[in-house]
Amino acid sequence: MSAPTGITRVTLLKDLRLEWRSKDAINSMLFFSLLVVVVFAFSFDPTAEESRQIAGGLVWVAFLFAAVVALNQTWAREIRNQVLDAYRVSPAPPNSLFIAKVLGNFIFVSVLEALMTPLFIMFYRLRALGPAWQLALVAALGTWALVVNGTFFAAMSLRTRSREIMLPLLLFPFSSPALIAMVQATTAILNGEGAHFWIVLLATYDLVFTTVCLLLFETVLNAE
Amino acid sequence: MTENAPVITVTNLIKQFGRFAALRGITAEFAGAKLYAILGDNGAGKTTLLRTLAGLSQPSSGQVSILAAREFRDICQHIGYMAHPSLLYDEMSGIENLEYFARLYGIADGTRCAEVIRSVGLDPDLPRPVGQYSQGMRQRMSLARALLNDPKILLLDEPFSNVDAHSATEMARLLARIRDEGKTILVVTHQASLLENVADEFVWMEYGKIVERTHALKAESKV
Repeated sequence: MSAPTGITRVTLLKDLRLEWRSKDAINSMLFFSLLVVVVFAFSFDPTAEESRQIAGGLVWVAFLFAAVVALNQTWAREIRNQVLDAYRVSPAPPNSLFIAKVLGNFIFVSVLEALMTPLFIMFYRLRALGPAWQLALVAALGTWALVVNGTFFAAMSLRTRSREIMLPLLLFPFSSPALIAMVQATTAILNGEGAHFWIVLLATYDLVFTTVCLLLFETVLNAE
Repeated sequence: MTENAPVITVTNLIKQFGRFAALRGITAEFAGAKLYAILGDNGAGKTTLLRTLAGLSQPSSGQVSILAAREFRDICQHIGYMAHPSLLYDEMSGIENLEYFARLYGIADGTRCAEVIRSVGLDPDLPRPVGQYSQGMRQRMSLARALLNDPKILLLDEPFSNVDAHSATEMARLLARIRDEGKTILVVTHQASLLENVADEFVWMEYGKIVERTHALKAESKV
């Protein structure tokens, strides 16, 4: 059998290839985020000061909703033609699949963030008063928090009849501590205030939830 | 283990879905190097039996022992499973699909995928994604995926459905060849006549139970 890291790598490459060919997730995410940016920019027309106050919340809510689209797609591919059963009957470890899915979603959402951030800056005339590099750290930790939970809950809701509704119902309450930390950290950095506490909270959240998801994923995968 | 010693032993196997019992206390043995055709009406429990043997469904009670192991993880390397759906990614070509699954089994030999695709009568260089295959081609590629790890036990659910008569006969011949190599094959099918001169035993299921095992196909099944 291949090493678990090797299986994670080939599964990730397979997912990237499938997304490159179908562009299901990235197109839907981009369209949704673009809509949020444009609609809110024209609705509020905020000043630079107001933008710094609301941008944290706005950005993360847009990314959270957009991420749900990618998260739903990630397992939809696996249940079409019941391909997931082919993985389950193989000797490949379940957690290799989970990590590959999380990494794939992390890449998709990060690409979205990289494409949308310049638009947010332009539409909301954003300029960070604090160290801007910390925004990249918050983005990485926050995105991980969303995708690790989202991938896990999307797998949990796989066999439910209305899984596209189930995912947000499970994901949003569990992600609210991380979401609050992301918003507070982003707002603090934009306003030149300290964000250390929120960044540590986010890192702790990531560590705890990644561990719990890895421990429980095999049970979720084999649930009937 | 001798070739004809039991490789699969099922003892009082029960599978409940809520209040519905799909398998009602099946006890059976399946010997090595034999081809079994599992027959029965819709809802008889054929697919549930196969999924349970493949480790995809946990028994509500009873025991399944495959190659003398109780844990599916210990022997999954030796099982090939083909389901009614293709278990293939529609967006990838046949060879891309098989190369991915080969890695899950730790198969590093690059020629194995092409070889197994050829063995089911398909062209490994076909660049078309599986989603654009005909149903019959998809079935054959699905069989190729199940054969990829050179399994000792092959569990096939409706391998001939939507396959044209000529290809289905070819597939039946291929299964006979695989059986002759010493593999054990369980085939769930509604097209029993295709296996008339191929299967070693016909296993008849009804309402979640094995009701009869015969060495010849009954006249009423020769449709």
